[in-house]
Amino acid sequence: MAQDINITIVDRAGEQHLVQAPTDMNMNLMELVRSYELAPEGTIGICGGMAMCASCQCYVNSQHSLPEKSEEEEAMLSEAFNVRENSRLGCQIPLTEDLEGLIVSLAPEE
Amino acid sequence: MIQTDILIIGAGPTGLFAVFEAGLLQLKCHIIDALPMPGGQLSELYPKKPIYDIPGFPEVLAGDLVDNLMEQIKPFEPGFTLGERAETIEKQADGSFIVTTDKGTAHHTKIVAIAGGLGSFEPKKPPIEGLERLEDKGVAYMIKDPEVYRDQKVLIAGGGDSALDWSIFLAEVASEVTLVHRRNEFRGALDSVEKVQELKNMGKIKLITPAEIVGVHGADRLTAVDILMAGHKEVITQEVDAFIPLFGLSPKLGPIANWGIEIEKNAIVVDNTLDYMTNVPGIYAIGDVNTYPGKLKLILCGFHEATLMCQSAYQRIFPEKRYVMKYTTVGGVTGFDGSKKEAPKAVVKKIE
Repeated sequence: MAQDINITIVDRAGEQHLVQAPTDMNMNLMELVRSYELAPEGTIGICGGMAMCASCQCYVNSQHSLPEKSEEEEAMLSEAFNVRENSRLGCQIPLTEDLEGLIVSLAPEE
Repeated sequence: MIQTDILIIGAGPTGLFAVFEAGLLQLKCHIIDALPMPGGQLSELYPKKPIYDIPGFPEVLAGDLVDNLMEQIKPFEPGFTLGERAETIEKQADGSFIVTTDKGTAHHTKIVAIAGGLGSFEPKKPPIEGLERLEDKGVAYMIKDPEVYRDQKVLIAGGGDSALDWSIFLAEVASEVTLVHRRNEFRGALDSVEKVQELKNMGKIKLITPAEIVGVHGADRLTAVDILMAGHKEVITQEVDAFIPLFGLSPKLGPIANWGIEIEKNAIVVDNTLDYMTNVPGIYAIGDVNTYPGKLKLILCGFHEATLMCQSAYQRIFPEKRYVMKYTTVGGVTGFDGSKKEAPKAVVKKIE
């Protein structure tokens, strides 16, 4: 059985949560945040994970190597607010074993 | 005033299908939606995306599903109030409701069915200090009347279709059009991108990329904006009469949150899966906008909820009538437009 990984998520109020994330359920980072209810329903993952809104924008604070941004993610981030160098859309980051120890913080609600 | 049996708020798939189920019960529907076209999220967010979990459709594009639903409900002649947001609701002495939009259109209805999805789509406002103060004083998030910008110096920010299309349109109206986008690539339709390129080459559009607007100036009216080029530290201040940020739309629950309906986690609580009525009798909530134990935000669940809601609405409107559900294979579909669809009669012929 695939091992769960540990991910630290800083919510929009600045509170830090260390959560266990499954790597064998085809989940992404946005869904992980929703499964632990770290952001109110209706404020994250609005488009359902199609990179068509930026409600799951987060800042990656650790040095993990992540999958490259797709053209859609790049385009969406270019129109989102509060975007930084380390901004990503959580829905575009699948949970894999390489992400053990990942630290992200959620971007403010638009 | 618009009169109807069921007033549906939200023209997404759930709201549209409710028209069909209501029509089978001979109930008239009218739909309000803040977007200018029907379809809700499916039209606004992902018209070209395939959906795979609509029963009977192995694969259907979201836009096609909306077209099909519009075709399916056509015989029931639904009324539409599009491009307006339902703002207020007043309960009448006889138990009916008057719902009025932000533009003042009033609707008198026996039943209200909120099929509002994620809420009404509203323009995203960039976090620029002092921006709100200048709203309608040079700053606008949507263009209602392009003539307002005649002979003005206009600056548009954004990289999608609406930013491109309005830049093209206003190039002929405004005295000066500047388009600012955070990167060099634009996301819009190819011919829009090419047209902007052409207008830029002709000097009719000034393109500033990669850059963003970081500040606004003006006391009573907008006078100038601060532009920050990517990688630079110094801002460029440009005099403008109008600043139009076009960064797409995002859904907000909006005024229905103040209708006295119980809300939890940005959704309307319906504590039953019997008919999806809210805590206010006569007001129902169906589709993505509602929540109850076990709720799944799926189009197919919205269809089911719409169907049960209509049965309950019928009983509320005609408490004295006994009703037995009839299959469309048996009863066919009789439209309000006089059309009649039914299964062809079986041929009965003696064999001799």
